Amino acid sequence: MADFRVEPLAEDALLLRFGDGIDVATNARVHEAASTLRDAGLPGITDVAPAYATLLVRFDPSIWDNGALLETVAKTLNPGLRRDDEQKNAVALPETARVVEIPVCYGGECGPDIAAVAEHAGLLRDAVIARHTAAEYTVAMLGFAPGFPYLLGLDPSLQMPRRATPRTRVPAGSVAIGGAQTGIYPRELPGGWHLIGRTPLVLFDPQRELPCLLAPGDRVRFHAIEADEFARLAEHGA
Amino acid sequence: MTIEVLKPGLLTTLQDAGRPGFAHLGIGRAGAFDAPALRIANALCGNQSDACALEITLLGPTLRLSADAWIAITGAPIPFRIDGTDQSTWAPVFVAAGSMIELGAMRSGCRGYLAVRGGFDVTPVLGSRSTDVSACLGPFAGRPLRAGDVLETETGSGSFFPDRNPRNRDNAKKNEPDPVSNWRLDPRPWFPEGTLEPLRLLPGSHFDKLKETSRKYLFSDTFAVHIDSNRVGLRLSGPVLEFDRMVEMVSEGCVPGILQLPPSGQPIAFGPECPVSGGYPRIGQVAAVDMPRLAQRRPGDALRFTPCTFDDALRALRERERALARLETGIAARLTA
Repeated sequence: MADFRVEPLAEDALLLRFGDGIDVATNARVHEAASTLRDAGLPGITDVAPAYATLLVRFDPSIWDNGALLETVAKTLNPGLRRDDEQKNAVALPETARVVEIPVCYGGECGPDIAAVAEHAGLLRDAVIARHTAAEYTVAMLGFAPGFPYLLGLDPSLQMPRRATPRTRVPAGSVAIGGAQTGIYPRELPGGWHLIGRTPLVLFDPQRELPCLLAPGDRVRFHAIEADEFARLAEHGA
Repeated sequence: MTIEVLKPGLLTTLQDAGRPGFAHLGIGRAGAFDAPALRIANALCGNQSDACALEITLLGPTLRLSADAWIAITGAPIPFRIDGTDQSTWAPVFVAAGSMIELGAMRSGCRGYLAVRGGFDVTPVLGSRSTDVSACLGPFAGRPLRAGDVLETETGSGSFFPDRNPRNRDNAKKNEPDPVSNWRLDPRPWFPEGTLEPLRLLPGSHFDKLKETSRKYLFSDTFAVHIDSNRVGLRLSGPVLEFDRMVEMVSEGCVPGILQLPPSGQPIAFGPECPVSGGYPRIGQVAAVDMPRLAQRRPGDALRFTPCTFDDALRALRERERALARLETGIAARLTA
């Protein structure tokens, strides 16, 4: 058997559990299982949605019951996971993972909390930017709001507990730090993360063919842009 | 044909069968909370079962129609008048051009559905015409209807039972019983009024981690639906439920029907606009077959749970689906007779 546990959620939903915490290796296995399941094209599977350590599978209960689906899912996932075992837990991100470059205007009006993050980290403002742009991140999952990416890979020195009082309005495109994670607000939302910058890119637009800029498992890199570049890109709808 | 919203009611939204397939992008399904009631309203209008209709909450809207139309209202019992004259719910009803449809305050229950022959013509967003208020997604950018909104209906399919419109019926036929207009479904199988039967609850992943007394209370005590309840979830007030030890978990996939237990100890039963992921323990899952009954509980209503296995829940769901399909076939036969 593949090394995941199964928790039946509902008559039309299973949760496949690959671990219990937030770590890159567990999350990579979730994404690999997701892409294997999606590629298998099983009929009557309506949703395959990764989270940090679990994969939600929703299905048509007129076709499948929990037991029959679990058996098929286990058969489908076993080869993929055995390959992973042979690599002795090498953190094998799917080879198809895209790298998405995201321009960010750090600090100033775009990132009102950058000074607080710098102070908390004991770093200069520019060092915060340097460390935030140096890392390569993984989209662990999307949630909270349509298109909101939870990114793994934040430099540990930049970790910072959430604000005691959340903001009622965080502008769309805000790049923020919350605990060990960094994320991007796809639209104006309430939020308790620390805002260090803003991207002019539109993360979620239901009218686009691909409504979300980022998908689970994607890799992300940030690069710094100046305020005038931000204004120019934002005006052109980036 | 257009339908003008004169008064929007308390919370009236366009809903269809929902928006599956986007959970991985953080997008939930939304869709009708009482899904069988939506399907029956559509059947009574001769529509596809997944056509889009109005979901009405507690207090209904006032609408004006620009052309002759057939409509049907299902769900919770609600006063329904056309130009001041009382009409039947759970029946196809003819509405003459220019008439005013007034829906009052529901006598019990929480949600009703108004379908129109042909369905509402709104642009699908990600394959669905459902309104997701919490995600700002769907018709009218995800907001509930407001006074002054104008809804278009589909006219393409030559609908409206032209030969059945009372004003088109010639004198010879006037004395014969109308096969459609004098007919009303028995709502009882689909809206069990006044019964306090407990909702069937499947075991949640963290049920076993509840204190023994809490496991007992969950099934022996009565909960009340809190005023702060909506399509995202019904907040329940009752005995404080506790875990033996704090359950540590990271964000995981969520589906409607989950009974989540936040640190307050007061559970929340998720509805169709629930978040697609969440980090609170799951102590149970409302059986899919009982979701319509959850949908019909209003603030202040009592709510009890009874334990149920996955096998029994699935069997009951499939039986319900067969009964619904039989009903739809029967309605279709009657409409085309």
